[in-house]
This record gives sequence, C-alpha cells and structure tokens, in this order.
Amino acid sequence: MQQQSNRFFFNVDWVTILIYMALCIIGCVSIYASVYDPARPMDFSFATIYGKQLYFVIAGLVVGFSILLFDAKFFSVFAPIIYGVTMILLLVVLGVGRNVGGNQAWIPIGSFRLQPSEFAKFGTALLLARYISTFNVKLNSLRPIMICAAIIVLPMALIMLQPDAGSTLVFLSFMFPLYREGLPGYLLIIFWGMVLLFILNLFLSPALLIGGILALGGLFIYYNRKRQQKIISIAVITLISVGYLFVAKFLFNNVLQPHQRARIELILGLKTDNKGVGYNVIQSKIAIGAGQFKGRGYLEGTQTKFGYVPAKSTDFIFSTIGEEWGFIGCFVVIGLYVFLLLRIINIAERQRSAFSRVYGYCVACIIFFHVFINIGMAIGIMPVIGIPLPFISYGGSSLWSFTILLFIFLKLDSNRMGFI
Amino acid sequence: MEQLFNRKYTIQGLFIVLALILLGNLFYIQVGTDKYFTSANNNALRRFYVYPARGVIMDRNNKVLAQNQPTYDLLVTPNEVKDFDTLSLCNVIGISMEDFRKKFHKAVVQSRYQASIFQKLLSVETYASLQEKIYNYPGFYVQQRTIRYYPDSIAAQFLGYLREVNPKDIERYGGYYRSGDYIGKSGIEREYEPVLRGTKGVKNILYNAKNIPQGSYANGKLDSMAVSGDQLISTIDSRIQKLGEQLLANKVGSVVAIEPSTGEVLAFVSSPGYDPNKLVGGNFSPNYLELYANPYRPFIIRPLQGKYSPGSAFKPLDALIALSQGVVDINTTFNCPGYYWAGDRKFKCEHVDGNISLKRGIARSCNTYFYSIFAKLMTKNGSSSASQQATYEKWQNMVRKFGIGDTLGIDLPAEKAYKLFRREDYTKMHGKYWGNTTILSVAIGQGEITTTPLQMANIMAIIANRGYYIKPHVVKGIGSDRHIDPKYKEKHYVDIDARYFDPVIDGMQDAVNSSWGTATESRLQNIIMCGKTGTVQNNRGKNHSVFIGFAPRDNPKIAIAVIVENGGYGGAYAAPIASYITEKYLTDTLTGRRINGSTIDMYKATNLLPELKAAKPATKIINKTDSLHQADSLKKAAPKQAILHNSPFNKTAIKPKNNAATK
Repeated sequence: MQQQSNRFFFNVDWVTILIYMALCIIGCVSIYASVYDPARPMDFSFATIYGKQLYFVIAGLVVGFSILLFDAKFFSVFAPIIYGVTMILLLVVLGVGRNVGGNQAWIPIGSFRLQPSEFAKFGTALLLARYISTFNVKLNSLRPIMICAAIIVLPMALIMLQPDAGSTLVFLSFMFPLYREGLPGYLLIIFWGMVLLFILNLFLSPALLIGGILALGGLFIYYNRKRQQKIISIAVITLISVGYLFVAKFLFNNVLQPHQRARIELILGLKTDNKGVGYNVIQSKIAIGAGQFKGRGYLEGTQTKFGYVPAKSTDFIFSTIGEEWGFIGCFVVIGLYVFLLLRIINIAERQRSAFSRVYGYCVACIIFFHVFINIGMAIGIMPVIGIPLPFISYGGSSLWSFTILLFIFLKLDSNRMGFI
Repeated sequence: MEQLFNRKYTIQGLFIVLALILLGNLFYIQVGTDKYFTSANNNALRRFYVYPARGVIMDRNNKVLAQNQPTYDLLVTPNEVKDFDTLSLCNVIGISMEDFRKKFHKAVVQSRYQASIFQKLLSVETYASLQEKIYNYPGFYVQQRTIRYYPDSIAAQFLGYLREVNPKDIERYGGYYRSGDYIGKSGIEREYEPVLRGTKGVKNILYNAKNIPQGSYANGKLDSMAVSGDQLISTIDSRIQKLGEQLLANKVGSVVAIEPSTGEVLAFVSSPGYDPNKLVGGNFSPNYLELYANPYRPFIIRPLQGKYSPGSAFKPLDALIALSQGVVDINTTFNCPGYYWAGDRKFKCEHVDGNISLKRGIARSCNTYFYSIFAKLMTKNGSSSASQQATYEKWQNMVRKFGIGDTLGIDLPAEKAYKLFRREDYTKMHGKYWGNTTILSVAIGQGEITTTPLQMANIMAIIANRGYYIKPHVVKGIGSDRHIDPKYKEKHYVDIDARYFDPVIDGMQDAVNSSWGTATESRLQNIIMCGKTGTVQNNRGKNHSVFIGFAPRDNPKIAIAVIVENGGYGGAYAAPIASYITEKYLTDTLTGRRINGSTIDMYKATNLLPELKAAKPATKIINKTDSLHQADSLKKAAPKQAILHNSPFNKTAIKPKNNAATK
C-alpha cells in the first residue's frame, strides 16, 4: 500500500503544482475583490461567486490529483476516444446548449453549466500528441500535416458554429507544438504573413499596399536576378499576395460578424467608440492605469468595484489585479505565468516519449495563448475575444479544463522513466 | 532531431518577448502616464461643494445693510428623466415649450449623467408650487442657495454687487471659484470678498457606473466643512446715508461724511444711485444693462471717482500753509478793491472788501486775499522764476500731505488719485519761466488741482483734528473679534502746528455763523458748524455747488463734503444739505427748519439733473470737471482743463438761479 501510494505521486513536479496553486489563490482573492462592495461587506458563503470559485478550486484539486491516480498509458491509449467524446459534446451543445451572451457554448448539467469547448482543448492536444508520436510520422510532408490540420480544424469549425470566435482562435496555438515537431518554419511565416497582410489591409489603402507588395517582390527579384527559379517563385508569391488582399477584404466584410468587425477595427484604432464596444477596453485600461506603480491597495479599487469595468471577474479579471496591485502585481502575475510556461517546456523536453513532449508543448502554448490574448485585451492591444485568464478567471469549466490539461501533463511527466 | 530540439528556444524566446511586450504596455499605462489615473478619478469621483453663507454687512449701529435670502435652482439629470407632463412643468416655472426644449437640449449637451441647472433663481412662490408637484417630474430636483438681500435699499455703490465669476476671476483666485459661483464685483462686496465669502466645503463622493452614489471617498478624509463668511460691521450710519440719498435724489453729486477722530466714513452717497436689490437674482442682466445705459451713469462711484476742483473749499488749506510758513499772521491785511492785479492781468474778486484779514478772508471767501497770500508765499525766497518754482515745489509737497494728489487708501476698490502738479509738470506746460502769476488760479483751488469728494471730506477731518488724519475706511470690525487692518488706526500728521488751525477754524466758523459769511445756509441751532462753500465753475452748464465743513467746532464728530453738480452757488444746495445731514447725525432729529424759505422736502424734491443733449460723439470735451462726462477719461489722471481755467472767477458772483434758495 505504501509502495502503491508512492507510485502515484513519485516524480510529480511539485514546483509546477505550487505555481498552479498560487495562480488559483490569486484568482480567488481577485474575484473576491472584484465583487466586494464596501457598503455591504459580506460574510463568506458558497453562494457568492468567490465562494463558488473556491469550491471550483478545491474540486479542481480533487480532479487534478485523481488524474495522478490514472495509469499514464491511459491517456495515449484513450486519446482518440477522449477526442471523439469532446467532439460529440461540441455537437450536442449546438443542439441543447444554452445561449449565454450570444454564444451557444454551454450545456446545463444541474446547477452547473459545462462548456465543451474548454474540454475540446485537451482532447485535441491528446489526439495530436498521439498522432505525431506515432512511429514514422514526420511533419515535413503534406499528408501528416494535413492530418494534423484536420485534427485541429474539426473542433475549430464546431466551435465557430456556436459561434465563439475567441475559443476558436485558441486552437491556433497548436501551430507551435507542430513547429517544434518539424513543421517547416516557412509555413508559419506564410501563415503569420497572411495575418499581417490581413491587418495591414484594413489599415492602408489597397493601392498603397499592392504597390508596396509589388515593390518588395521587385526588390527580391532584383537581388536574385541570377537565379531563374527563384525569380519565378517570388513572382508567384507576389501575385498570390495581391490576390489574397482582395480575398481578405471580402472575408472581412462578408464573413465576419459586425461585432467582430467592430472589435477588430477598434483594436487597430480605425474607429473610436467610447460607449459601445470600446467601452470595455477603455474602462479596463483606465482601471489598470489607475493602479499606477503600487496599486490602490487590496479592496480599494474603484473602477472595477463600481461597475465601470464589465466582466470584471471573468474575462477582465486582470483589470482588478492591475488596479489594486499596480504594476508590481501585474509583474508578479505575468512572471508566474512565464515561469510556469518555461518550466512546462523544459519538462516537455526531458520526456523520452514523443507523446508526452508534444502534449507538454500543447499545454504550454494553449496557456500562453490565453494569457497573452486575455491580458492583451485588458490593456487594449488585442481584440476583445472573450477568453479567460487561466486559473484566475471565474468559472468552473475553464478552471477544470486547465487543471485537467496541466495534471495530465504532470502525470505523463511523473512517468517519464517508463514507456508508453 | 538536433535541429528540432533548438526550436525549444524559439518558442521559449517567443513567450518571453511577448510577455515583455505586455509588461512594457502595462508599464506605460500604469507608470508612464497619469492619463488613466486621472480618468479613473473623473469616472468615479465627484466633488460636491457646500456653499457657506456669505457674511452679513451691518452699519455702525448694527443695522443690517446686506443679508442673505434663499433662492432655488431647478436642476435636471437628463438620463433620469422619464416621460412626464412637460406642459405642466412649463406652466409652473413659467417658460414656454420652446424654451423647455432648448434648456433640456443644453442640459443633455452638458452631461447626460450629471445634474445641471435647468432654471436658475426660482422665486419662493414658484418654489412652493413646484415643491408640491416635483415628484411628477422624475430627474428634476430643486437645490437651495442664497442670494443677497439689501433690506434698506441704500448705499448701492458702497456695497457693490455680486456677479457670476468670469474665466479671469477663476484664474486670478487660483481655482477657488468654479464657473457659476458668485463673486463680489464692486464696492465692499469686492474689497472684502475673501472675508465675506467664507470657505466652500467639499464632499468627495464615489459613484458607480450607474451613477448611484457609493459613499464618500477615503472615508471623508479629504472632505471639508463649509465655513461661513465673517460678518462685517461697516462705518456707515444708515440714518444719514438714507437721508443723504434722499436729499441728492434727482441730482448728480456726492456726500462724504467722516468721523474725524477715527477716519470712519459715516456716509457715502453717490447720486444718482440705484436700488442694490436690482442687481440680485434673476433680473441681474436686464437691470445691469439698464443701469449701464443710464446717461446719468449710476455706476460711477462719485465719492471716489468724481473729479472736481476744490474751488474755494481749498482756501482754508491755503491759509494754513501761509500761516505755518510765517508769510502772514492773523492780523496781516490786504486791500481788496474788487480785483487783483497779477502783472498786467486783472483777476476779479466778487466783492469789494477793502482791507481784509485772514479770518474775514475765509468767511467772505475773498479771492484777492488768497491771491495775495499765495503771491507773497511764492516770492518769499526771492521772485526769480527759479526760486519761486523751488518754493512752489515745497508748497505742493505740503498740500500733498493733506491727501491731495494721491489715493487715500480707503478700503474700497476703484479709488482715484487725480493729479496735483509738481514743479516739472508746470515747466512742461509753461516752459522754463513761470511764477506765481502764471499759476495763480491754484491759490483758490482752481486750475491744476483736482480732488475727489472723499479727499475734500478728509481735508475737513484734518482741520477738525487740528493737524492729522486717519485713513478713511468703511469697515470698523471684521468677524467676531471685530478686528481691522492696523493701518486704519495710524495717525498721519500734516506737519502743521495745531496753533495755526484755530484762526482758520475761526474763519470757517464765521463763514457759517456770521452775518457776512458765505455759508450761512448751513447754520445750525445749538451746534457750532464750521464750513466753507465753494462754487466750481462748470463750462458745460451750471456751476457745481460745494460745501465742506465739520461740526461741532470743539471735539468735532463729523466732517463732511457735499457736492451738488449744477447746483450753482455753494450756499444754494450743498450747504443746506450738509447741515441737514450734520443735524441728523449729531441730534438724530431734524427740526422743521426752513433755510431761505425752503423746507427739507423742497430740497429733496428739486430736480437738478442736467438736460441731456443728443449725443455728439465728435465734440471734444475739454473740461471734464463734470462727472457725467468724465467716465471715459477716468483712467487718465492728467487734467486737461488748465488752459480754460487760467482766468479765475469768483464763485459768489454767480447768483443761484432757478433754485429754492433765493434770498
């Protein structure tokens, strides 16, 4: 029995768990602050949202440590089934889901609501890891890349139907584990180049942009004028880029929802709107700015407390931290995240099994994407796409899915000496 | 595989770079700029001001001159307004639907979420009927504040008025005032503004996003209570102030009375005046414009700004200097044949007095006598131009000690100094060679001497005090401890020995109390009044009637200067008016005296307002001794009437016409 329990927690990376718990506690404390009303101080109760969050954290720990009890092989063996289940849940939510805030993302279960898109993240991560770790898969030919793309695009498509653009975009973060496993770098460059062109397309006039692309193409051709083959490919790329501009414009104007367009335009500074969509961002920036260096002090924030910042305990929880703890608090929180992510990557790299490594990269990249976008939108440099801050934002589904995501990795790591 | 392992660093590097981008942005927002911090306070923190009661102004007998009365402003918060019977609200506050729309639009433009003034200064009656119905008008509410009320409706120019601050005032007082606040704009309300206004209280209230108050900021640590303004006890005696205003009704002129022993101003009449309650509350603007357009210029504060040659009223001063310089004694006589030769120019005297001495010279106001002593004084150190000019310089310095040629420093704004010529001023005017004959008219207070009524009254205070004065002032106690500026307790000596005053006072006593005097119209029973009439030439119309004096002779209680423009001979109006005021002040009664057949009511009723000709803007006004025409030149101190005034005249020769005092 002694040996048995030793086996479960042997080799578990307690540093990661410590950072995880620190972030969860910061979450509870900030959620308490975000709803604290100085006129009516409340006693602790599980009915309040910070009470619920505390409950979520405790339940999350139970879930997390339960995962450590699983056999490490379970996750690689059952990866396709877990993926399948989460995909089914994504389909179910389209049918029976409850519409909250314009998105059909929630399945009501008793008094709780389950958000399948949160669980689809680790489902996808598991299957991706399973596929890439399969013997003989090399990510430098078309077929495996297409299979990986299919694994990623399926949940994206289902989530887009809800529609939940924010959660959809999270799946883009799987690009980086693929890159680590050998996806050619130029594909990434092409992808982000397209994103850049898409954004520039909104900023600059078409004539200027097309002129710029042609001039750049001409310059490349001039420098490679002795190598005929390169000249042709550069010319082709240039022309495709120009064509892409028109497609992008069409997509932007006809495929994106008006509120998504508005948010993108706002973030790029094409429009100012202090009362509508921009209100959230401006108020969040004001709240964070009001914190200054040292912060206003715990429970002293006025902007978050008095309802100027909307969604202050979920998507904009970072404004509460920024206002009450100032730059110091922001630095500590971001520092904890960076430390956690670098540690996960390092742990991933020490894995003998490709499955564990790929999965580790998936975990790090998903968490990072959330952190960067969430804080970025709170300070107005990213569009408001409504994704939570991992471990800190209020919400059971989000906390549990991140917990499961992380603890599966910790379980895989604890078993790094064995074979999967 | 080796190569792929290195991609770890790319990804970790990306994490770090992007995290640094976040931190950089955060650093800018939180530490690099105050913009967001300020916005946060604008968002949630609102300051409310609690207006203190303005200090009450009383007269010297604790009778209230200025107090506060409540008034009501109707405020509106546009986003709290719901559908309601607009017409009924319009009817209650008496505006049209058109006005309502305009005002509401203005309020919306100002702020949807904050209350702004919808209708200012509702009357108590409107407030009462509105209060019954206010619950029908969501988003509207009434705020009380106070405005001034002047119970006796007297002393308008003395008290001044309040007006909404302009951006300049806000700047000048370093942010104490906010747009919409009131500030004293003239008179005592202006001079004592910091004392009267008190200190505004501040409440910092936090508001949530739905504009619902969330309690005070920082537990009220930054809040403060309103501190009421201090009460002022002025030196004015409202009894004689009121009487003076009645006597000067329908006349242009001033009355200034001073208590010689203290320098306290007892009466400060500027006529035409106006009801100070006109410049209060809702009708300020139309009334202000009306008064401003009034051709008799009620906004001129004539006791401080009226510009008059003292005329014969200057003669006692002349005599004092001559006595103290040893040029004459009380027995020195000059022959008056009815004229005076200065070189080849003949200056007329109005009567033939024969051999005349100082006392009788003053009582008779004999020009020849004063020309003679002035000539003798000027030539006492030699009759060359240079020595005469040096003597003149000394002489004018002595005159200056009496408060002429500079402001007296009264505690009221807008006091004028006017000019007393120095030696170099004359040299500029006449060239290098000039002497007593050139400037002879100053000997009888004409020419290059101009004074305000306040300065004239102050000269009388000096003579009453036998040689010193205390700066005239209008406030005798500030606040509960009744302190005043110590400079209003200091004695200013004129450096003329007290013994020289008695002969001059004798002359002034005779002017009033002897059969040969020129000011017999101001004679009082049982009180020895000393005085001197003046008749100031006015090129534009009838001469100005002037009287200066003090009473009683021993231990004087009141020194007075009265100027009635276009009143003619000094004894015609100024002297009797001065006597009524003196009598009222000293005995608190008015005997039913008749002066030359006229009763007090006849004086009150007489209308001496000059006829106004159609405006002739092209005409140059050369002589500006007439206060109606000086308004535009008030800022220029240099008198321009010198040329015309070189030919002197005798006041007594001009018989009073068209007045109640014909002999």
